[in-house]
Amino acid sequence: MNRIIEKKDLSENVVQMVLDAPEIALKRRAGQFVILKTDEKGERIPLTIVDSDSAAGTITIIFQVVGKSTAAMAKMKAGQSFTDLQGPLGNPTEIENYGRVVCIGGGVGVGVVYPLAAALKKAGNHVTSIIGARTKSLLILEEEMKQVSDKLVVATDDGSYGFHGFVSAVLQQMIDAGEKIDRVFAIGPVPMMRVLCNVTRPHGIKTIVSLNAIMVDATGMCGACRVSVDGKTKFTCVDGPEFDGHAVDFDLLASRLRMYLDQEKQSMEAYRCQCHGK
Amino acid sequence: MENNDIKPKKEKVPRHKMPEQDPKVRIHNFNEVPTGYTDEMAIAEAKRCIQCKKPGCVAGCPVDVDIPGFIALIAEGKFIEAALKLKETNGLPAVCGRVCPQEDQCEKFCILGKKGEPVAVGRLERFAADTERNSGKVTIPPRAKANGKRVAVVGAGPSGLTIAGDLVKLGYDVTIFEALHKAGGVLVYGIPEFRLPKAIVEAEVDYLTKLGVKIETNAVIGRLKTVDELFAEGFDAVYLAVGAGAPVFMNIPGENLSGIYSANEYLTRSNLMKAYRFPEYDTPIVRGKKVAVIGGGNVAMDSVRTALRLGAETATIVYRRTEVEMPARIEEVHHAKEEGVQFQLLTNPVEYLGNKEGWVTGLRCQRMELGEPDQSGRRRPVPVVGSEFVIPADTVVVSVGTMANPIVPATTPGLETNKWGYIVAKDGTGQTSRKGVYAGGDIVTGSATVILAMGAGRQAAKAIHEFLSQA
Repeated sequence: MNRIIEKKDLSENVVQMVLDAPEIALKRRAGQFVILKTDEKGERIPLTIVDSDSAAGTITIIFQVVGKSTAAMAKMKAGQSFTDLQGPLGNPTEIENYGRVVCIGGGVGVGVVYPLAAALKKAGNHVTSIIGARTKSLLILEEEMKQVSDKLVVATDDGSYGFHGFVSAVLQQMIDAGEKIDRVFAIGPVPMMRVLCNVTRPHGIKTIVSLNAIMVDATGMCGACRVSVDGKTKFTCVDGPEFDGHAVDFDLLASRLRMYLDQEKQSMEAYRCQCHGK
Repeated sequence: MENNDIKPKKEKVPRHKMPEQDPKVRIHNFNEVPTGYTDEMAIAEAKRCIQCKKPGCVAGCPVDVDIPGFIALIAEGKFIEAALKLKETNGLPAVCGRVCPQEDQCEKFCILGKKGEPVAVGRLERFAADTERNSGKVTIPPRAKANGKRVAVVGAGPSGLTIAGDLVKLGYDVTIFEALHKAGGVLVYGIPEFRLPKAIVEAEVDYLTKLGVKIETNAVIGRLKTVDELFAEGFDAVYLAVGAGAPVFMNIPGENLSGIYSANEYLTRSNLMKAYRFPEYDTPIVRGKKVAVIGGGNVAMDSVRTALRLGAETATIVYRRTEVEMPARIEEVHHAKEEGVQFQLLTNPVEYLGNKEGWVTGLRCQRMELGEPDQSGRRRPVPVVGSEFVIPADTVVVSVGTMANPIVPATTPGLETNKWGYIVAKDGTGQTSRKGVYAGGDIVTGSATVILAMGAGRQAAKAIHEFLSQA
């Protein structure tokens, strides 16, 4: 169990892994996540389950190298195992036939929105997907997203591929063109989700976001992941991870995500020294 | 046995203190504070026991440990035998010797306590268990023949570990499902190393696996599989001991500012994830300079003493009643004071203040005074008008209690809970509203003690054995 079956680099710092996890594969539904631990001294890392294969007993995860723990994960090879793999955690996405939905993913968030788009498509929705990245080489899962969408729009910040600009501008154009949109699912960096919610709010388009708050146990025990939704404190791990984006206090989320910036740097420096020493 | 006529002389021997690390030294490390009795001290303390014919101490023990029996063995220098005697009724003596509130249980009823100080039952229990563990002579007791029946235990805390040990000895095939990556529950995530070394918990868990208990970590029942699915998998009974793991916040303005923790988070980071050894361990924790801990229980004392060891310049307990009403053990308050913890009593926070970056800078508090007694029998604190003041703080730990985690009840149809979300279980058996489903520990009683959770596990073991013997 917990073994890496397959490992693939999706871009220069985004990695995809297929893990041996038969029980989780059987149970998992779109929108849920797992907690991984690389070794005895590792931290508990929450990651969305991107895909699963219950017959093969595997789940797929995608992560971006952002600090020491993800850097250590990226060094792991197929055949190696995580010491711990816990899940499925969090509430599954509420999947229904809403009509016409737009699934938006930014950066590594495309990996999180992919299972939602797939499930929504399967439930009979007309799915338009908008995926974005800073530049073409950082774009992930284009082919996979195409397969679960009726229409796919790609946007890059620098115009190196597809639409030149942010995913929010693509959505704005759709709205301005009078396209009927029944629900939006928006997953990516906090500023992106905030802007997308500002785009949909005046039009009353329900917008679901998936939050990446800092977690420890991820079973409702510690409250590290608390966010404010509609003025009420919620735990991302057990009340979420998906919430009505129009009710989320993104400023609070952004500031709580900065809580360990200094320690993250310190940890990364210690890790680099250790690696160079070897 | 000793002659009766020498009893009065023995009573004059004062209770033996346990050597401790100097407060000035220990606030810079996470090593255990008391270092334990030597053989000589233990024998001398054990000889204080007058071996009452009707021992009050036993009646005061939730798991009926034969206290005079094990103490007599220590007095005779038979330390391993004393440990075995303890283990006949208590699966976790090294833990209980450290964290039980003996002053409210066995020692409260000790006859010597009437005129002087009671026999140090807890210290002797700890001594015997430690001596056995350190001797490398831990023996595995005989098990009844396997009876082919399977019991699932949900939660590897004190209650779950106790019932698992009892049932496996009776011949059951027992599997514990633990949500976290390590077994032990509150013993590993909650109680700090300086009060309960994790090596002791590991040894106890290891002992259980040697007895034949299977432990599946990372298994969140309610998510990975439900209670009904456990029955479908072939388990004949289920014991729910998931604890009261959800933190309570006060819902006052600013409570989500960066730098404000629940005690559960603060202690889990430090104890379970070993954040006090960051960056050797990956999980970070804020090393605050001015730390305020809200609450007056044992968990608050654990938090404030952890803060000191993480380098706090000031570590302050903010509690709305007086020291008399504090639920923490006297020993914990005493240790905290020795270490330099400050106490803001009759004080309650009403708002947290923060800076532009969203980081906490202080607590706006009001002074309280004690009014009429409330439902708990303690005098209700009422605010003093116009008494608001600010306590500066860059880190706050909210330690005002915990509540039931809803994951298991929410996914178990027909499982009755009370208005607070705790599972309704029969006194003395732990039987719930669902056939074959038993529950005990904090998920039934709300936050209580390690020993009460263990007692519930012991009772449910008997009840499950009876239930499955009929089936």
